[in-house]
Amino acid sequence: MIEPALRTESPRTESPLPGRLIAVEGVDGSGKSTQIDLLYKWLRSHGRKVFFSEWNSSELVVEATRKGKRRMLLTPTTFSLIHATDFADRYERQILPMLKAGYIVLCDRYIFTSFARDRARGCNTEWLREVYGFARVPDVTFYFHLPVEMALDRLTRSRQQPNWFEAGMDLGLSIDIMESFRMFQGRVTDNYMQLVEEYGLVKLDATAPITEQQRRVREDIVRAIDLEQFPSRIEHVVHADYGAAPAVFEEDWRDAEGEW
Amino acid sequence: MVIGKRSYQHGLPGVDLEELAGTLIVIEGPDGSGRSSQIWLLSRWLEERGFAVEQMGLKRSKLVANELEQAKQGNVLSPRTMALFYATDFYDQLENRIVPALRAGMVVLADRYIYTLLVRDMVRGARIEWLEPLYSMAIIPDAVFLLDTSPQNILERTLGSRGNLDYWESGMDLGIAREWYDSFMEYQRRTREKFGELVARYELQPVDGNRSIGEIHEDLKTRIVDLLGASTAV
Repeated sequence: MIEPALRTESPRTESPLPGRLIAVEGVDGSGKSTQIDLLYKWLRSHGRKVFFSEWNSSELVVEATRKGKRRMLLTPTTFSLIHATDFADRYERQILPMLKAGYIVLCDRYIFTSFARDRARGCNTEWLREVYGFARVPDVTFYFHLPVEMALDRLTRSRQQPNWFEAGMDLGLSIDIMESFRMFQGRVTDNYMQLVEEYGLVKLDATAPITEQQRRVREDIVRAIDLEQFPSRIEHVVHADYGAAPAVFEEDWRDAEGEW
Repeated sequence: MVIGKRSYQHGLPGVDLEELAGTLIVIEGPDGSGRSSQIWLLSRWLEERGFAVEQMGLKRSKLVANELEQAKQGNVLSPRTMALFYATDFYDQLENRIVPALRAGMVVLADRYIYTLLVRDMVRGARIEWLEPLYSMAIIPDAVFLLDTSPQNILERTLGSRGNLDYWESGMDLGIAREWYDSFMEYQRRTREKFGELVARYELQPVDGNRSIGEIHEDLKTRIVDLLGASTAV
């Protein structure tokens, strides 16, 4: 009943913002959080204006998400919408203002997480894109590809069993949680591969050594973004990441600026 | 009575709309338009006639109703996050209450539906291009009755029952006017205008809400009898 042409907001055609947006994507255990943390610290240590935002971290929906997951009240639709609410809250209050203020914004998971995961739960692809239609597509998105067996292997080594939702147990694919994980995360991975094609995500091998992956990430960032344009005007006397830095370090960093 | 339902655009994941045999009747209108009285009367009347009735309203989902209420107190919601919260609440009830009731062949009486949500956000400047797709999985009701009541009557009924004006229903968050009365009247005027825009688009049936409760009830009964046909117990 609604004309398709009228339906979607298209932030991609909006004017460019002073800031830059970088996202990492991949299944749990792919090491994407480690990689974006390394990137964040590297950019900060070089005095860049950088901000970090994490999927599902808004205080607004923390309680509803926890309750919904614990009591298993969530359907694929409400699971998706709760995450969209979290994202919209962070997008409007953090990500977009930071981009307008000229920051390099790093996102651990972005809209592609929903596109891949909620679609694997049966949500309509077109609907998902419409719900997230207000969000800008990042300047660079890294997708850390990890075969499902490896993901399961990494996960079971660290904590025995996958959790209910990451195994897609809510879908009733299999009563065996390991088998359900394989099937569900297999679908998620297939969806990510399609997004690589469609949105030009940068696919990286998540089985490669951490330093090797980080080298690729930094190379790509330097190529895509003129980092000289994002100097921090705030002097970092205290670095939350490493504790208080000695004053002499501060000067060293200033000397080191320009060496990427 | 036609078996099976349709949605506005996309289907609900895991739901076969064809097997939903019940009837979905929606009463729409602003607070103070007389909705809840009519729902109560219709519910009693339908049950007397042998129909199993399930009621549904907004902000009643177990999932987010509390969060929504808390967030409204704390001024942390933007129009977009509020819309998404309401959508979560709506779909939670649609999937967990309305769909099972319709599948069981019940009559679902909905005290407001997506139209109130669209209107509330449109009045607050949300783009219809984004809002409509958000609710595009909603099941198309068998009938939507819009209680069209003048702002003056809404004002008097609200003051008569509550004794004061509600912050949100007066649109005080919009900064239209400093005086609550002025803000309320202007907000109700804009709300009525937006409902008017949805009448043709969503086939809402306006019902004159300026009459007595009894008169409106008789009017609704006549329309619902047409809808349900001869399938009554008495």
